[in-house]
Amino acid sequence: MRIGVTVFPGSNCDRDALYGVGRVGADAVELWHADADLKGVDAVIVPGGFSYGDYLRPGAIARFAKVMGPLEEFAKGGGPVLGVCNGFQVLTEAHLLPGALLRNTNMRFICDRVRVRVETVDTPWTAGCDPGEELTLPVAHNEGNFFADPETLSRLDEEGRVVLRYLENPNGSANDIAGVCNEGRNVVGIMPHPERVSDPALGSDEGLRILSSVLVGAGV
Amino acid sequence: MGRAPNFLELSLFSVMWSEHCGYKNSRPLLGRFPNEGARVVQGPGENAGVVEVGDGWALAFKMESHNHPSAVEPYEGAATGVGGIIRDILAMGARPVALLDSLRFGPLEEERNRYLFREVVRGIGGYGNAVGVPTVGGEVEFGQAYSGNPLVNAMCIGLIRVEDLVRSSATGEGNLVVLLGSKTGRDGIHGATFASDELTDESESKRSNVQVGDPFCEKMLIECCLKLLDEDLLVSLQDLGAAGITSSASEMAAKGGVGIEIETDSVPLRESGMEPTEVMISESQERMLAVVEPEKIDEVLLLAERYELVGAVVGRVAGHGDLRVIHDGEVVGTVPAEHLADAPVYERDVVRPRYLDDVPELDLSELPEPEDYNSVLLQMLGHPNLRSRRPIFTQYDHQVGTDTVVLPGADAAVVRIKGTDLGFAATTDGRGRHCYLDPRGGGAATVVEAYRNLSCVGAEPVAVTDCLNFGSPEKPDGYYQLAECIEGMSEACEVFGTPVVSGNVSLYNETDRGAIYPTPTVGMVGVLDDVNRHATSAFKREGDRVVVLGKTPPLLGESLPSEGDLLAGSEYLEIIHDKFAGLPQRSDLAAEKKVADLVRELIRSGLVDTAHDISGGGEAVALAKMAIEGGIGFDYDGEVEIKDLRHELRGDVVLFGETNPDFIVAVPEVRWDDLQNALVGFAYDLVGTTGGDRFKIGDLIDVKLSEMREVYERDLFESHAPEGGRIG
Repeated sequence: MRIGVTVFPGSNCDRDALYGVGRVGADAVELWHADADLKGVDAVIVPGGFSYGDYLRPGAIARFAKVMGPLEEFAKGGGPVLGVCNGFQVLTEAHLLPGALLRNTNMRFICDRVRVRVETVDTPWTAGCDPGEELTLPVAHNEGNFFADPETLSRLDEEGRVVLRYLENPNGSANDIAGVCNEGRNVVGIMPHPERVSDPALGSDEGLRILSSVLVGAGV
Repeated sequence: MGRAPNFLELSLFSVMWSEHCGYKNSRPLLGRFPNEGARVVQGPGENAGVVEVGDGWALAFKMESHNHPSAVEPYEGAATGVGGIIRDILAMGARPVALLDSLRFGPLEEERNRYLFREVVRGIGGYGNAVGVPTVGGEVEFGQAYSGNPLVNAMCIGLIRVEDLVRSSATGEGNLVVLLGSKTGRDGIHGATFASDELTDESESKRSNVQVGDPFCEKMLIECCLKLLDEDLLVSLQDLGAAGITSSASEMAAKGGVGIEIETDSVPLRESGMEPTEVMISESQERMLAVVEPEKIDEVLLLAERYELVGAVVGRVAGHGDLRVIHDGEVVGTVPAEHLADAPVYERDVVRPRYLDDVPELDLSELPEPEDYNSVLLQMLGHPNLRSRRPIFTQYDHQVGTDTVVLPGADAAVVRIKGTDLGFAATTDGRGRHCYLDPRGGGAATVVEAYRNLSCVGAEPVAVTDCLNFGSPEKPDGYYQLAECIEGMSEACEVFGTPVVSGNVSLYNETDRGAIYPTPTVGMVGVLDDVNRHATSAFKREGDRVVVLGKTPPLLGESLPSEGDLLAGSEYLEIIHDKFAGLPQRSDLAAEKKVADLVRELIRSGLVDTAHDISGGGEAVALAKMAIEGGIGFDYDGEVEIKDLRHELRGDVVLFGETNPDFIVAVPEVRWDDLQNALVGFAYDLVGTTGGDRFKIGDLIDVKLSEMREVYERDLFESHAPEGGRIG
């Protein structure tokens, strides 16, 4: 399986995401922001970082990058897409995912490990997890406070589209939401960084539960 | 030069011969530092020191101060400090992989100090987080001497293959000089001279001397330069720091024994109407200077464009040895490059300051022994100097890069080298109070502290970078402190075999309230052959045997240090008794090395995974932190009487004394025999067992773990306002 990782100016978890992809035994493919070409990959990860310096709003400029055209088509065609942290912010700005990520309520950058619960296994990025499974994953963000209007929030709950939920909410997110998916369930955005716990040498490889799910779904 | 320099030329001298760039006061003293060793690939003189790790890997590292800018504009001052030190590492061709810092502020009771603390931490995070280099460790202390004159020292470590190292000397007549990165503006003009003066009421007006950082641009600059080097497109590379193009170009020329001509009209400018002088000494951030062969220039400029950077040919390498400035086709300034790079040296007399004779002696008989040790311990754990650093390091991205093995909060950070078993550890340490009371002893103790911290995680210490933060060298006190601290540091580095391979000097740290404590800070780097064999300080299991290793109690026949010596200059004296007195016992460097090396071997052999050194706050605070961090209680072994074992020392001396080479390790019951065998010939005490939810030491201390945690983890940013209100 070939998994692409987009690289925007200012992405800084792209190398980590490529490393994580390698850890699950898939082929990692770098997707440069200025090339409107997904190089035939089977899945795409939009990694964390500060694309375009987070100027204006996190993700607001990246959504206009050339690579986003084919990425949006890929997503609309049902291709598996995972946005991590800044990647989640990019996908909400691109309207591939609902809601928005606001400043953390404590107005500080938060780098920590948090407990989350897998709320649905019906997405390509959680298919390998157990329903209700609890994971400890790193977070590192300034704007991780998920916000959506009340109707959207209740729809997300009714349709089982909350993918990860914080057990202890670090940033003020509505309904403790740490990750959501789109209606088609193939596009997932999460604030925690699974690639940062993809190796026992780093103290944990629980992140592989997420990253390897896409292989399970594809029957690899 | 044989003639009077013109205004532009004088400006070049003004910035280059400032203390910040020219080290004119400190250079004669810096020669004292040992700087050779088996692992040293590059000693002082380049942008950073380099040591070999193994398997062809090397670490480039350096620490630098940004004290003055941070005093007047804390967010940008700290942020650009981080940006500047990253470019030093990049200039060696290394990928920056870890950041640390060493910070000092005045007491948090003062609003200005809270503001400086909060904004400096935000600035470090704001830059480091965005640029994608993890901040893996650091240290902070609070003290009256730093009120209004904070210390902000940033350290960066880069990883590189030995054969890929880049030097900064310009070579090849006719080669092109290329400026990469951001455009040049009027920001930071005369930053170097501002940083070489005392801080006064007028300093606030020099906020425009402080540069503004753009971490996004720096991130692109890192990726672009590494790509250019990877494709072998550069002859040499140099960062632009203090004194801007002037400093970089003259140093590159002087090192290569060539000249460089700069055409100021070719420099891409942020604003119009800039004079050639301004272009030459602007300290605009996120810029690098490269020497490129003419046939490779198109490729270089194309790559710069790919990374959305400004890239421009701004000059060429010439046969003459001058830095020539050309404007509108005419030479407007010519100075021999080596004159600029070679500031005059001021040798000063080293005179022992009078204050050293007036430091009050510590008379323990005047010091009441506490009645309630529980509340003393809680008060100590809650003091800003000893409290948890979590509220700070959770604002720093410490995991990006997926290599951080031991996270911040430990004695030292441990980072792996992907694709190998190798790892490296790093720590920053400073002991300003100790250096004030005894500059030579304190200088040595600073290095000792770093050596211990690395040993506690299982790393072999290999080399040192330093930041010498002192008051004015033009005053006898400041110069004496500088000379003596350097002597003490050098002695320790010699005994430990850890040469000083890079460093920086920050003098004139004075305000109208006086000078700071002399505070040399040390950044020490160590190597782990097997990164999985490391230790942390948190208790790991219930039922572990806890052992104190070291010199207390002294072996038979050795002289007993006086009780006063053990408490001199300690946190306990200051926090509980509001006293700053006494002469701390000087370290026995050979003994320090012996015990620290033992601890490292215990960890390397796989016997020990829990270790911590006893430093600020003494044994009780060290044990308490291990318990809090592990979430496991501790019970002092009831069979042993403290006073028998410790030669009838006072309880507070035993619990809170600081100046012995003592370590704490913990092992499970099943490894207890092995540990005893490994400790034959060394002094040690079995002090207790882990377990439960209380922390107990004999009949002196008995507190709930949760009670300790509550005071220890109180948010450093939210307490301390006089009314208990929120900061800011």
